[in-house]
Amino acid sequence: MATVPESPSRPALVSARGLIKRFGGFTAVDDIDFEILSGESFGFLGPNGAGKTSTMKMVSCVSPPTEGELTVLGKDPRTHGPEIRARLGLVPQEDSLELELSLMDNLVMYGRYFDLPRAEIRRRAQNLLEFTQLSERANDKADNLSGGMKRRLTIARSLISEPDLLILDEPTTGLDPQARHLVWDRLYRLKSEGVTLIITTHYMDEAEQLCDRLVVMDRGKIVAHGAPRELIGQYSTREVLELRFGLGGHGPHVGSVSDLADRVEELPDRLLLYVDDGDEALAAVHARGLTPESALVRRSTLEDVFLRLTGRTLVD
Amino acid sequence: MALDAGLDTARGSSQPRLGWAPWRRALWYHAYFWRRTWRASIVSSFLYPLLYLASMGLGVGKLVNAHAGGVQGVSYVDFVAPAFLAMTAMQIASNESMWPILASFKWTRSYWTAVATPIRPRDLVAAKLAWVAIHVAMVGVIYTAILAAFQTLLSPWAVLLPLAGVLTGLAFAAPLAAYVATQENERSFPIFYRFAIIPMFLFSGSFYPISQLPKWLEVVVQFVPLYHGVALCRTLSLGQGSLAATLYHVAFLVSLTVVGTVLCLRNFRRRLEV
Repeated sequence: MATVPESPSRPALVSARGLIKRFGGFTAVDDIDFEILSGESFGFLGPNGAGKTSTMKMVSCVSPPTEGELTVLGKDPRTHGPEIRARLGLVPQEDSLELELSLMDNLVMYGRYFDLPRAEIRRRAQNLLEFTQLSERANDKADNLSGGMKRRLTIARSLISEPDLLILDEPTTGLDPQARHLVWDRLYRLKSEGVTLIITTHYMDEAEQLCDRLVVMDRGKIVAHGAPRELIGQYSTREVLELRFGLGGHGPHVGSVSDLADRVEELPDRLLLYVDDGDEALAAVHARGLTPESALVRRSTLEDVFLRLTGRTLVD
Repeated sequence: MALDAGLDTARGSSQPRLGWAPWRRALWYHAYFWRRTWRASIVSSFLYPLLYLASMGLGVGKLVNAHAGGVQGVSYVDFVAPAFLAMTAMQIASNESMWPILASFKWTRSYWTAVATPIRPRDLVAAKLAWVAIHVAMVGVIYTAILAAFQTLLSPWAVLLPLAGVLTGLAFAAPLAAYVATQENERSFPIFYRFAIIPMFLFSGSFYPISQLPKWLEVVVQFVPLYHGVALCRTLSLGQGSLAATLYHVAFLVSLTVVGTVLCLRNFRRRLEV
């Protein structure tokens, strides 16, 4: 199975070998290996149901592995769960804020779970509210926040214990583009401060922006691993030409363009031509007398990598 | 101010500490919420016993005393007053153990939030039961003081009434919490109220001795937790009842608490460690 190569200079904060999670007869995580190094930003990219959240729950020592070896911060989650969790920050997929309490009280209460002194929690909470741009709302009820603000408050909450490892499960799912960019900006800052991040996402742009290295997961397995640009270089061409042919369907056109590209993918609403030079390919398409309703030349993304590896799109 | 102390010293003393009774940190959660509603809670703790005493003492009591010369050798209000404590303990314990626990699993998800920190499922169980005990004890002390003020306490053993209330409360809270930890929705809760809480309220010897009931029902009532709570409170309050009977009531309530706690630990763990 795919093994992520290890850089010798930095210690591994998380390492998994042959990790398996089953729920009854269903195998959610099927024999995966990975290693996450100190200071890096590591992604798990895959569609819903790929096993990302189950993997995160095992890494965050909430859910015990069914089989395999897992070490987090040098310890075994099965025997040292509370000690490991004391050094982790977790941003779960579903917000679980105390909506009746103020932002400040949410942070204070969470900090108490780590047995931090109250004065210290308040000091940190003030800094974190500032960091997440929520200072002005400190005494508002959490219920009054927008979706993006709730996510930022959840991130602030996860940082109250000054964790060595921050785990974010789908940090921007359900947010509008502006709110997403704010969250990304804050995560980028954490990353540049040297905080180790683990991010699961089904958004390829999120993975490309935030992750130094990532694994692509599908149906419980790791299907590829590497840096985002490496993966794109390895599994896709430099550019992609997207052609839309209107209501007649795209099937009939596949044959007439297939020799122009390394590979052609037919999606319900468009054809993707994998080429090195998109403009040149488009000119060739026009030269053949074909008249697509619209055409778009873009760079390859992780979405294309995923399509290549699994034959499916990430977000459906 | 400590806040202005250097960052390094502040950090040095503030690393997460372990082994320092994690359940107490989870208990703090309950106190945090109670702090927001404690005034209303305290007011009702004073008000309810006053209303009960007024209604039973002035109304029903007058009638019973006039026609039957009291109950078991004491006036009706003395007979019924300690039962209110047991019933209130049942009420508090049920209210604390049903919707709030389901909410912590399903709606606010605060149990999931807690287990992502050093808190363990068993800490949540300990915190919940400790909170029920503290809540009932606070109300129990107020009740007992009011009953004393109205001179309905006939025995010095009555100082133990708050404890009897706590035991009654735990005998309800522990098994109920264990049951709620297996539930996905609240559909069965009103049924529990209708077919358990209310019949217990009416048939546990709170308002009349169970010897007034038909023989078969008297036997059934022996297996009803509230009956043992009421009987224990009444024993302490009136100074009546044999030692053997008293120990039996205590043993019944303790057994329910122990079995309930064991099931709670199992069910919380099963639900949270998947």
